[in-house]
Order: sequence, then structure tokens, then C-alpha cells
Amino acid sequence: METTSTLEKTLRLIALTLVVIFFMFPIFWIFLMSFQTNETILAIPPSIIFTPTLSNYAALITGKLTTAAGTLDIAFMRNLGNSIFLSVTSVALALVLGVPAAYAFARHKFKGSEDIAFTLLSFRFAPPLLVLLPLTQYFQWLGLSDTYFGLIWVYQLICLPLILWIVRGYFEDISADVEYAYRIAGHSWFATFRKIALPLAGPGIAAAGLLAFIFAWNNFVFALVLASADKQPVTVGALAFVTSSGIQYGQIASAIVLSVTPTLALALYAQRYLVEGLSLGAVKG
Amino acid sequence: MSETALFIKGVDKFYGPIDHGVHAVKQLNMDVKKGEIIALLGSSGCGKTSTLRMIAGFEAVSRGTISMKGREVQTFAPVKRNVAMAFEGYSLYPPLTVRENIAFALKASRLSQSVVDEKVANIAKLLEIEDIMGRYPSSISGGQQQRASLGRALIRDADLHLLDEPMGQLEPQLRALLRGRIKHFIKERGLTAILVTHDQTEANALADRIAVMEGGVLQQFDTPQMIKERPANLFTGTFVGEPPMNVFSAGISGTSDTVSFGLNEGVKLDYKASDFSHAVRAELMKRSKVVLGIRPYAVRRSEGGVGAKVAVNQWLGDQTHIAADFAGGTMVLVEHDRTNLTIGETVAIRLDPSSLHVFDGDNGRAISHGQELA
Ligand SMILES: Nc1ncnc2c1ncn2[C@@H]1O[C@H](COP(=O)(O)OP(=O)(O)OP(=O)(O)O)[C@@H](O)[C@H]1O
Ligand SMILES: [Mg+2]
Repeated sequence: METTSTLEKTLRLIALTLVVIFFMFPIFWIFLMSFQTNETILAIPPSIIFTPTLSNYAALITGKLTTAAGTLDIAFMRNLGNSIFLSVTSVALALVLGVPAAYAFARHKFKGSEDIAFTLLSFRFAPPLLVLLPLTQYFQWLGLSDTYFGLIWVYQLICLPLILWIVRGYFEDISADVEYAYRIAGHSWFATFRKIALPLAGPGIAAAGLLAFIFAWNNFVFALVLASADKQPVTVGALAFVTSSGIQYGQIASAIVLSVTPTLALALYAQRYLVEGLSLGAVKG
Repeated sequence: MSETALFIKGVDKFYGPIDHGVHAVKQLNMDVKKGEIIALLGSSGCGKTSTLRMIAGFEAVSRGTISMKGREVQTFAPVKRNVAMAFEGYSLYPPLTVRENIAFALKASRLSQSVVDEKVANIAKLLEIEDIMGRYPSSISGGQQQRASLGRALIRDADLHLLDEPMGQLEPQLRALLRGRIKHFIKERGLTAILVTHDQTEANALADRIAVMEGGVLQQFDTPQMIKERPANLFTGTFVGEPPMNVFSAGISGTSDTVSFGLNEGVKLDYKASDFSHAVRAELMKRSKVVLGIRPYAVRRSEGGVGAKVAVNQWLGDQTHIAADFAGGTMVLVEHDRTNLTIGETVAIRLDPSSLHVFDGDNGRAISHGQELA
């Protein structure tokens, strides 16, 4: 064990506190905002003493947004549902396609395999706006624009490369001999994939899936252009709070809280997998 | 003649493109009979593991054929070959305990649980790993992992057992103990095994035949005794045997009555023509340059011998190793008594013609061993 002086410990604590405050403060502030009305939010100077109200959440859940100019219908709960549906199915599809592909890329090096893998990754490099215009046209021709199927398809541009590359790394870290030891005892390569490779790469697959989920969840541009109101996720739906009679900060804040909660909960739950996933290197051998 | 368990014919292994990649195994020919134990001996990187992996089916054969039970198997998936293997890197399955890892190997054989338990218990006892059966691979030592991995291979009822350095991590006492037990285990069940080892004692003790490899080429494939007494070439001669064979390059000349070897620094070894057979003499006289080899324990000190200056004199507890400067090189002698020579002292040594191994000066192939042609 290394010995640390009191001074070092204190400095470390201060540094950590600063970092935590820096990252947590906006979330904390938004959390507070979500329980305030627009008036108290815009009060100068701002204050953290206020009477909390659930009106923002009530408005979101009932779908009735009351502004100075009257009552508006908003589809926030539907947006939230869309987000969940789109992200979950996209990640699921990306896992079904990406994990076997990652295994193939990790285990079977053939001429050009590296190029193919890299091309897939390069989908992540191009700014989405670059492909958006042609994509919109194709989708109109194909009748895919404004369909869940089309959106999930496009979301593969986000999820598939991520999963492919991360999971491939995990498969590569598993010693091929561990698999051979199983195969030689009388099992097919497919059984080996299922019984040995998949469980060993499990934490890595979970980590990659989580990351892909967050990226899918946060996507904005594709959904903005390719989907109409009833299929839009929260990221796009939040635009509805910018109304002609002003910006509804309180509702935006509560919308953010609601939309961040699933990813946050997932990340917290999957934390142990992430840590386990990172220490998988110990399996090498 | 007993049945052939494995027949390797003209096998080449290239990593990378054929004829351009790393040429790890070159034109390998080998036959293993059922029930035989073969030791694969050779320096690091000579292609031993590559050979085993081709037999098991983990590496593609670049050229040539591998047959088992009369069928060519080189294109078969590992599962179809009925081969068991202990890996150089152990390759235990991390989420399972040692017991489960060993029992796992029997899963495909659909034996009843009680039979499996009994077999596992036997193997654990054989390999002295009963106390770690419940532990996970990450929490046991290298030597324990190695024995677990060996157990996983031995427990199987395969046509061929490939053991890649199965005891390299163990201390000599345990190795000696297990060596005996494993040999008995294999022989009792009539199993066929190829084991890779760096330990010559192990090869000699376990193997019916030893395959000596170097640079991807099989140098010699014969019984331990033949390899020791009649090495096929300079490599085998110097690689097998502890301490290694003394070798000196020499010019050769002779009359009808004499054979003389001219070594470096003007050292001359004169023999009577009758010290060699006619055939040997005829072969020797065809050449002008040869390499002389003699085992350290065959070198004698005796009056009237050739002078050598003592450089090292070590008593190892049961034998004395003496190294002396001789003909521009070093001559090592092994004596069974405790010898006390002074460093720098000159001793007279004698190389008995019946102990001389003569190799071709150009290609290293053996010409003669004592009186006989190679
Ligand atoms: N996957 C590979 N790709 C490229 N070259 C390889 C590969 N595996 C082995 N080689 C090369 O082939 C040669 C033979 O290797 P191999 O592992 O068969 O040696 P070995 O006799 O088992 O050595 P050791 O005693 O060190 O285990 C070496 O030169 C090695 O560098
Ligand atoms: Mg090896």
C-alpha cells in the first residue's frame, strides 16, 4: 500500500470536490428548476429558496402546456415513449447484428477485414448533416421517412459501429485458446461462441450496449429531419417548449429530468458491468 | 506391427502467405504408433507448438497431409478429430473452478455424473491438485493452473493427447513424481501422446521416441538411446545431452596405417588406421574437413594424451565438471570422482576413437559413431 500524507489527501479531496461540483451542478440546478415556475426561475437575483411546485411535471404528464397566450397541446409523454422504443430497438438490433460481426472480425482475419471494419467505424466520423439530405431523399423514395423502421435503420449508423468496435476489442482480449480448449472437447464453433465467447465478453457487450443506448437516446438531427411529431423522441420534442409566447424553462427542466432519468438509471445499474468489463484484460492468457 | 495413430506427410506451415510468410514447419514427416509416447524436443521457436496446433486443427496446414486412423484429417474441424490438448498457456476457462474446468472436458462425452466425478477425483489425485479443485483459475499459481490444464487433457478418452510443455512450471521434485505417474497413466490406458518439452530428462524418461526439431525441420526421430548414441547430425549431437557434446572442427589426413585429425592451434590427434573400420575410413578420407564430437563423460585424462589447460573445476555433489582450453575451444570433461585440479594446470586428455562422433564439415551430417558408419 502506498502511504499518502494528510496534505496530499486534502488536496485530492478538494480537487475531487471541484470536479464533482463542476459536473453535478448543472444537473442539480436543473433539478431545482423543474420544481419552479417560470417567474421564480427568471427572478433576479436567483434564489434557491422557493415554494416547490409540481405543475411542470403535471403539465408534461397531462400534455397541456399553459402559457401566457393560452393552452397548448404537447406530446412529451409520447416523445418519451418514442425515445425509449427507438433506443431500445435500435440497440437490440445493433447487438444482434454487431456482436456476431464483432466476433467474426476478431477471430477471422482475412484480406481486407481490417478495411471493412474501419469503413464501418468511419460512419461515425462523417457529420450527420452530410448524409442527411441524400438520406431524406432515399427515404422518401423508399417510403421509409417518418416510419419507426426507417428511424431504427438510420440509428444503426450510430449504434452499429460503436458496438462493433468496442465488442471486437473484448473478443480479441479473450485468448483464442480458451475457445479452442472447448472446441477440441467436442463442441462446434457456434456452441463455443455461445458458451465461451459470449459470456466472457458479456460485460463488454453490456458496456457497449449502454454506450450505444446513450448515443441513440441523445440523437437529435436524424429524428428532427426524418420523423414527424408523433414519432419524434424527447430530444426533438423538447423544441415544443420554445413557444411563441416565451420559453418555458420550468417545463424544459422537468422534461430534461424525465428524459435523463432512464439513461442515468441504466448507467448506474450497469456501472458494475462497466468496471468488470474494463478489468476483463485479466482473462488474457 | 501395431496400428498407426498419426501419420504426418510432407507438412509445411506458413504463417501468412504460402511460400512468403513465416515458414514455421518445413516438410515434416512423422508417424506415431498407437500407444506410443513421443517427445518433441527443440529450441524455442522451432515449430513445436505449430506442429501440435496443426494436428489439433487450430492452425491450417499449408501443405501436406495429416492422417489419423487411416483418414486424412487436415481439413477436419477440431471437434471431428478426437484429440485432447494441454495448452502451453493453460487456457483455463476463467468463470469455472478447477474441478468444473476438468469436468467440462467430459461434457460432450455424456457420461453419467458419478463416472465423471470418479474420473475427476482420480485425475486430481494423480496430479496432486485435490486441494485446489474448488478454486478459480485466477486465484491459483502458474504451476497449479498448468496441472489443471493437464488434467483437463488427460481426463479425456481421446485418440491422441497433445501436451504442450505440460510440466514446465513445476519444481524438479514434483516433475519427477508426476513424470512417473503420467507415464503409468498413459501406458495403462494405452493412450497415444505427443508431448513438447524443453527438459531432456523428461523426454528420456517418458518418451518411447524423441523427435528433435530445429528451425522447423525434423532433425531426428528415434529412441532416446539412439539419439544419444547415434545423433544424426551436429545439431542433434550438441542439442541432446547434458553437458553438451564437445565439438571441434578438424582437417583430416591419413596414410594406409594412420588417421590424423588436425585441430586448431596445431593440435593433432593421431589414430591407428585399425581404430576405424574400413568403411568409416573410406568415408572419412573422402573429406578434407570434418567436425569431431565427443561426449564429456567419454573424455579421459591419461598419460601421453594431448595437453589441455584447466579453466574450470566444479564439484556438483555427484560429479566433477572440468572445462579445459583445448584446440582454440573448450573441452568439457565429466568425472564421477571428486577431482581437484588447479586452474591453469595442464592435463593430458585422450579421446578414445570408439567414443568419437565424426560429422561432415559442410552439412553437419553424421559420418561415423566410433567404429561404425552413421
Ligand atoms: N500466429 C503466428 N503468426 C506468425 N508467426 C507465428 C505464429 N505462431 C508462431 N509463429 C512463428 O512460428 C515459429 C514457430 O513457433 P512455435 O510457437 O511453433 O514455436 P515453439 O517451438 O512452440 O517454441 P516455444 O518452445 O518457445 O514454445 C516461430 O518463429 C514463431 O515466431
Ligand atoms: Mg511452443
